[in-house]
Amino acid sequence: MLTAQFLLLGAVLFCIGVYGVLARKNAVMVLMSIELILNSVNINLLAFSVRHGSVDGNTFALYVIAIAAAEVGVGLAMVLLIYRNRRTIALDDLSEMKG
Amino acid sequence: MVAADLLVAQNVGFGIISLLMVVSALRVVTVNNVVHAALWLVVVLSGAAAQYLLLSAEFVAITQVLVYVGAVMVLFLFGTMLTRARIGAESDLNNKNWALGIPVALLMLGVMTYVIIDGFGSERLIENPGDMEPIPVQVISDDIFGPYLLPFWALSFVLLVAVIGAIVLARKD
Repeated sequence: MLTAQFLLLGAVLFCIGVYGVLARKNAVMVLMSIELILNSVNINLLAFSVRHGSVDGNTFALYVIAIAAAEVGVGLAMVLLIYRNRRTIALDDLSEMKG
Repeated sequence: MVAADLLVAQNVGFGIISLLMVVSALRVVTVNNVVHAALWLVVVLSGAAAQYLLLSAEFVAITQVLVYVGAVMVLFLFGTMLTRARIGAESDLNNKNWALGIPVALLMLGVMTYVIIDGFGSERLIENPGDMEPIPVQVISDDIFGPYLLPFWALSFVLLVAVIGAIVLARKD
């Protein structure tokens, strides 16, 4: 197995996630795209962990998973709050902070 | 990618799983139904767990299935069902400028592909594939509770704050 094949898979997933973040209007869909991005980072971390023969990449992948879980919890709570106040979760409508 | 060495089974498995992951990821960002997108995301996350197994990271793969496919996905489905009365296809999931995302993503992909090919090319992931053994959980825990103890504490604090924050935000008052 080559190093580049795992890194390329991570790059493809990362770019699909970036497209999702840019293109989606629904806040839940944006959170899902962020999950895609975090997963691609995890694939990279584990590939480099094998490449360097070190276990550090595994540790950081676990940390990334924990951070992602916390992020989804807070993110969905915020989405629920926005929905309760406005009856919509379309990100285009949240433009108060726009200059 | 040309198969390196004699790891034919691993390379075929890698190809099949990555193809599945990329197609499912594309479905996640293009499908017009939030619940369907969540289910496609399950395929991507399970495929990622399979890739972790290929990389001999068993503990991370199991954690991925438990935390992502188990917990995070249930959270997403709850979030979907709590924020919308009806479950079905929607036509307005995308921004009006959604097409701008395509060139941005393609540009990033091009730059990253160039850098990866330039930097790693045909380098092997590991010189002697026979050395690739599953990493025991004991080694990972020694790493977490040894040199990376401080990030672990910080992470515990982040999780605590996230739980309290989620309760405070979502509480009906």
